[in-house]
Amino acid sequence: MIEIKQVRKSYGSLEVLKGIDLTIDKGEVVAMIGPSGSGKSTLLQCINGLETISSGEIIVDGVSVFDKATNLNHLRRKLGIVFQSYNAFPHMTVRRNVTLALTKVLGVSRDQANAIAETQLQRVGLLAKADVYPTALSGGQQQRLGIARALAMGPSYMLFDEVTSALDPELVAEVLATLRQLSAEGMTMILVTHEMQFAREVADRVVFFHEGVIAESGPPEQIFGNPKSERLRAFVSRAG
Amino acid sequence: MSYNFQFGIVLDALPDLMQGAALSLSIAIVTMAVGIVLAMPLAVGSWNGKGLVTFLSRSWIELARNTPCLAQIYFFFYGLGAFGIFLSPWLAVGIALCFNNAGYLAEIFRGGLKGVNANQMKGARSLGFGPVGAYRYVVFPQVFTNTFSSIGNQFIWALLNTSLGALIGLYDLSGVAMDYQSRTFKTFEFFLAIAVIYFILAKLVLFLANRFKPGGARHAA
Ligand SMILES: Nc1ncnc2c1ncn2[C@@H]1O[C@H](COP(=O)(O)OP(=O)(O)OP(=O)(O)O)[C@@H](O)[C@H]1O
Ligand SMILES: [Mg+2]
Repeated sequence: MIEIKQVRKSYGSLEVLKGIDLTIDKGEVVAMIGPSGSGKSTLLQCINGLETISSGEIIVDGVSVFDKATNLNHLRRKLGIVFQSYNAFPHMTVRRNVTLALTKVLGVSRDQANAIAETQLQRVGLLAKADVYPTALSGGQQQRLGIARALAMGPSYMLFDEVTSALDPELVAEVLATLRQLSAEGMTMILVTHEMQFAREVADRVVFFHEGVIAESGPPEQIFGNPKSERLRAFVSRAG
Repeated sequence: MSYNFQFGIVLDALPDLMQGAALSLSIAIVTMAVGIVLAMPLAVGSWNGKGLVTFLSRSWIELARNTPCLAQIYFFFYGLGAFGIFLSPWLAVGIALCFNNAGYLAEIFRGGLKGVNANQMKGARSLGFGPVGAYRYVVFPQVFTNTFSSIGNQFIWALLNTSLGALIGLYDLSGVAMDYQSRTFKTFEFFLAIAVIYFILAKLVLFLANRFKPGGARHAA
């Protein structure tokens, strides 16, 4: 379970998160939507401690992320994250991208790491590309590599930050198919997305961000079918 | 008055010159290796460290790059003597060149670090790497690729700088030549010979560097 309690965060004088409360249960798929700059990416990166918070608390399976005693490197293995911009490691093959942290962080043997990599690359449909370098991959393939790399660490939660937003339309479908498959397997996921149709389809709950607060949240039917606030109504109709 | 060129003497001295060249090359290799290891934390510290770390790493880089290498060698050879520390010529040259190389390489790496996307660091940290592991396995391999030719140039500088060791009695390539010319008075011959040898060594280093340049094709976009 991920518990986000009264989280505030500022960049200098700019307050980006203004008191966020959100709880995500095991097995849940939560979609975060909202206009650009509303703080979605920031919150996602706070959950695994890549960004710090100004006040409040985030608790992952009973462990407080920002407690001084918390080993963040250890905690991050539970929280897979895939970013908006591709960040495959360009100096190593697709396979090595997946095995690097397995061998160097978890201490898994090369053979075992390769076996895990093959399983995960198969899962995202990239096994045939295992021995090429990431520059030879399309954007969609790079995102799927990011997903495989995160999954290889055996996370309990997966955080996705607009993983399709930088992709050409024809590449979006392949990435969404991978996400759909993960949700079918019961993975707990938080996904920031601009794909409303997709959010409606896979999410158990949709959270609408607006200017650093959660302006509205609820099941997809309610958020998309019967939005309460004018803001959300406008956002949904604009986003289609 | 005519000067009588005698390159035969140089040929006789060739085995000793080669031994000197081997010492020069070894010192260059070792001080470059140490320099690269030291330059990594220096580059990071001077770039995004804080407080004392930044001050110390910046000072190192500034001193190494803005004082003559000869002064650095003299400092470790004669200067430390004032504190009762007496180093042998090769140790003084070795330490001075490590200091010198680390400073120049840190500046090179600092530029290289800017060329590595911040997302790479985030990606590594998100997989559970600590800062050291992230730099070691993800960031610096890319910095090395970006700065490869500059590292090669620094290697050549290191090799040529070893010649300064002759001034404190190091029996490197220049030291051997100085010794022979003082005994035979064939100054021109010996210094021409070692100039040629340094030149060949430098070109050889460049050739090998280009030969083993990492990731040429795969980074070409
Ligand atoms: N490192 C930073 N330094 C200063 N301001 C930042 C930084 N990162 C984000 N911001 C600001 O914080 C606000 C929230 O950014 P964030 O990336 O979380 O928004 P978002 O909801 O993910 O938007 P988008 O849909 O465009 O990705 C924005 O105003 C942004 O400019
Ligand atoms: Mg964002």
